[in-house]
Amino acid sequence: MKARVLIRPKEGILDPQGQAVERALPALGFEGASEVRVGRMVELEVEDASRLDEMCERLLANPLIEDYEVTVE
Amino acid sequence: MSAGAASAERLSEARALGLTDSEYELIVEKMGREPNGVELAVFSLMWSEHCAYKHSKKLLGRLPTKGPHLLMGPGENAGAVTVGNGLAIAFKVESHNHPSAVEPFQGAATGVGGILRDVFAVGARPIAILDSLRFGELSSGRSRYLLDGAVSGIGHYGNSIGVPTVGGEVYFEGPYEQNCLVNAMCLGIAREDRLIRSAAAGVGNLLVLMGARTGRDGIGGASVLASAELDSEDASKRPTVQIGDPFEEKRVMECCLELLDRGTLRSLQDLGAAGLSSSASEMASKGEVGLDIDVSRVPLREDDMEPFEIMVSESQERMLCVIEPETLAELEEICERWEVRATAIGEVTGSRRLRVLDGDEVVGDMPVDALVDDCPLYDLEPAAPSEQIYPAPPQVLDRSADAHETLLALLSSHNLASRRPLFEQYDSIVQSRTVRRPEDADAAVLQLAPDGGEGAIAVSIDGNGRRVACDPYTDTVEAVLECAANLACVGAEPLGLTNCLNFGNPEKPHVAWQLERSVAGMADVLRELGVPVVGGNVSLYNESGDGPIYPTPVVGMVGALPDAALAPRSGSAREGDVVALVSSGVEPSLPGSELAKLRGDQLPLGLPEVDVAAVRATLDAVRSAARGGGLSSVHDVSEGGVAVALAESCLAGGVGASASLPDGSLTAIFGEGAGRFLVAGERSAVEALGARALVIGTVGGDALEIEGVGGWSLSELRDAHGSLAEAFL
Amino acid sequence: MRFGVVRFPGSCDETDAVLACERYGDAELLWHGDRDLRGVDAVVIPGGFSYGDYLRVGAIARFSPVMEAVAEHARAGGIVFGVCNGFQVLCEAGLLPGALLPNAGLRFVCRQVDVEVVNADIPCTRACEVGDVLSIPVKHFTGRYYAPEEDLRHLDAHGQIILRYRPGHNPNGSVTDIAGVSSREGNVMGLMPHPEHAVDPLTGSADGGRLFDSMATALAPA
Repeated sequence: MKARVLIRPKEGILDPQGQAVERALPALGFEGASEVRVGRMVELEVEDASRLDEMCERLLANPLIEDYEVTVE
Repeated sequence: MSAGAASAERLSEARALGLTDSEYELIVEKMGREPNGVELAVFSLMWSEHCAYKHSKKLLGRLPTKGPHLLMGPGENAGAVTVGNGLAIAFKVESHNHPSAVEPFQGAATGVGGILRDVFAVGARPIAILDSLRFGELSSGRSRYLLDGAVSGIGHYGNSIGVPTVGGEVYFEGPYEQNCLVNAMCLGIAREDRLIRSAAAGVGNLLVLMGARTGRDGIGGASVLASAELDSEDASKRPTVQIGDPFEEKRVMECCLELLDRGTLRSLQDLGAAGLSSSASEMASKGEVGLDIDVSRVPLREDDMEPFEIMVSESQERMLCVIEPETLAELEEICERWEVRATAIGEVTGSRRLRVLDGDEVVGDMPVDALVDDCPLYDLEPAAPSEQIYPAPPQVLDRSADAHETLLALLSSHNLASRRPLFEQYDSIVQSRTVRRPEDADAAVLQLAPDGGEGAIAVSIDGNGRRVACDPYTDTVEAVLECAANLACVGAEPLGLTNCLNFGNPEKPHVAWQLERSVAGMADVLRELGVPVVGGNVSLYNESGDGPIYPTPVVGMVGALPDAALAPRSGSAREGDVVALVSSGVEPSLPGSELAKLRGDQLPLGLPEVDVAAVRATLDAVRSAARGGGLSSVHDVSEGGVAVALAESCLAGGVGASASLPDGSLTAIFGEGAGRFLVAGERSAVEALGARALVIGTVGGDALEIEGVGGWSLSELRDAHGSLAEAFL
Repeated sequence: MRFGVVRFPGSCDETDAVLACERYGDAELLWHGDRDLRGVDAVVIPGGFSYGDYLRVGAIARFSPVMEAVAEHARAGGIVFGVCNGFQVLCEAGLLPGALLPNAGLRFVCRQVDVEVVNADIPCTRACEVGDVLSIPVKHFTGRYYAPEEDLRHLDAHGQIILRYRPGHNPNGSVTDIAGVSSREGNVMGLMPHPEHAVDPLTGSADGGRLFDSMATALAPA
């Protein structure tokens, strides 16, 4: 089955990429965008969805600085 | 079979691929029949300007290619010179202009990737990168975008692969707005007896493809982008830009160097413009053999690629080698350890033909000579323009500005401001050879001790556009002399030169004139200096609806010096050092200068002639003094004249100076002209330079004072000099 | 004194590290695929872009076979010294506290900086004194040190903050200017600056040599 993992910086961690994007949007004429956070997405096919959390904890994300969200089709 | 019998469909395909009707007819004649789709695609690339140098080859024959230190001249992946102790330095510069204008990060990155491959393709370990960049003025958002992208891309690729970027140059001029220039230079080191050539040899030997899988990157890139003027539909060209992976290249590089060390390879070639087609053709041509390539064996990134796509793909990080069949197992074992893909995709034949097979089926069969040697070469039809073809630069400084304001305006102009915001994005120290980092001295200095060598090498890359537009002959001479001067500043003697000629459309008479005059100037000055061209690159058709770029010859020179520790810096930090202006006798002048640009002056047609012999004698004297150890600093006086050079020296050393110049007029202090240096050091070392050295002051204090002209605090100078930082926020 | 310098696919400064270590002892390269540390006294994990920095810097390298042996060596009290990418790998492997994030300026920075010795009591800094200022180059994109507030307090309390950037010299926004930390026991240290590029006045400063000297001295018979 198809799984999708969204990885984003934890709340409270300085996210300069998010800030840079947030600054750039109004400069291009897009007003009203805020709270921009920039993360990563990993897509994979798995046979056993129950192991996804462990995959995230051990490799795909660094739990000290990142949160993750798993979606399985 | 009649040579004129061309089916309408094939002919229109040929035209779409950039071939002229007469070129197509010649192909039919060489083939003895009409070419099929695969063959037409291969010919169109091999006969494109980028691959065949149709408009420049005859001209390039004028350049000197022999010298006492030369080991390998033009024609191989890179040229090489000996630096003593059995060590060779291989080097070359290449352009990646059109791809960078479309996608600056990847364009610049893959430009670096390509030149790195050219260097390790001759068996040399890459040890340094330099880059020469030109964009439109930074008032344009597009130019800021291109600058940022290109610098990031160069940094990304060079840093990731572990090769230091030790020098470079960047300039901002209106005529580059639509056609930016990204020229990348690489140096590598090898034992002289380890240099390898690219000629395929040994009928029955295997052709092995190593590295990344082949995808649709840059399909038709060479002819679509490099041989045509850019128009406003660039976005649709984006899919043809190559994407680079420095991590893959690192593995491929280490793997190749190990294979070379073990003597496993008979020949090596990198894949660049026109991919498999050009690499295989050239290998076969040099070896006077034929090659059979089976495209069904090429590892692919996309499933449904056609044979012609596989043959012309410009996917990065791939190398071709020829090995004896018995050594395949050894090669595969080494490649596996480096996690590098290696696949035997063909073999060397005695046929003198390049045959493309898809499994058992022959889908293309072309004579190698026709592909590589028989492309028609065109004569230029130069005609000198009767008036300046470029518009005057926009005025940003009032003519009434005094010396104080003028110096600050020059220092803060983007052409002269500190390049620190750029070069801090580059790792300039990995591999432990760098003795003089960017902005330490007028040239980069790399010690050879880690390689078991003695002494050091120095390298600089220099070019000019605006002044060459004023006088293509004279200012190409000046550009070469400037490069040699930068080397002399650190005590280095030039061993060889690589060049990249960036020009507009050579079919237009005034561009043809620029190109012809520039090459003539380069040939003459190199003969006078005794420095050979070891290889280089030509990039033409850098032109848009707004007109051509400034004619921009870029030269990279490598030199040797006996003692790295003694290499003078650009500025003295020693209070009490005597400061002198060393001159070849040139009269500084303002037309075509940076000050003239700020004032919005029209570019002149013609510049004062250069007394090359006098400049050469001055270079020799300065080089000798620089080696002596008594000079703390030697700095070339170039853009902005003496006053700017004094300011730059003070900033480099972190100490001010008080000076007195014989002529305090704006022309004298900001005028430009080849053959002048600022030196600082012990009085005896300065006086040893003789009559050509005029003592003008002393190092000390925290300000630059020029008697009767003006005074500037170091912090004021530093603020002005830091103006490029805002381009990278 | 035998130094072992680990080489991953993508390591850049491993040769530089070997050159530097050789001034203070013997040095050899350890291939990432081997579990054998060959009895070296100190393991150096050098700078570079191991595994292309793919996924997260150091995330894949930490699972290399050699890292199991390095972890064992650390548990047994052996010296482990991680520079730049090496620091990142050790944090990912849990052998050092905290994590390295992208530079606050979002750009690669190559610059000579001054760092101050905060703790001169661990094997890697014993040849220094508290307050010593060392001039060492940094060159990285992902060097911003981060640890949660609470962890930082523990690090401080247990003397695990080893080096700090001097005021005005923090190139990446590291929390409280931290340039290098150690494990609780002190035998594992990581730092973002590159001491292997500061061992010879000819190529810059020689201040970095004091850290290698410390390691060599730490193992000398008392």
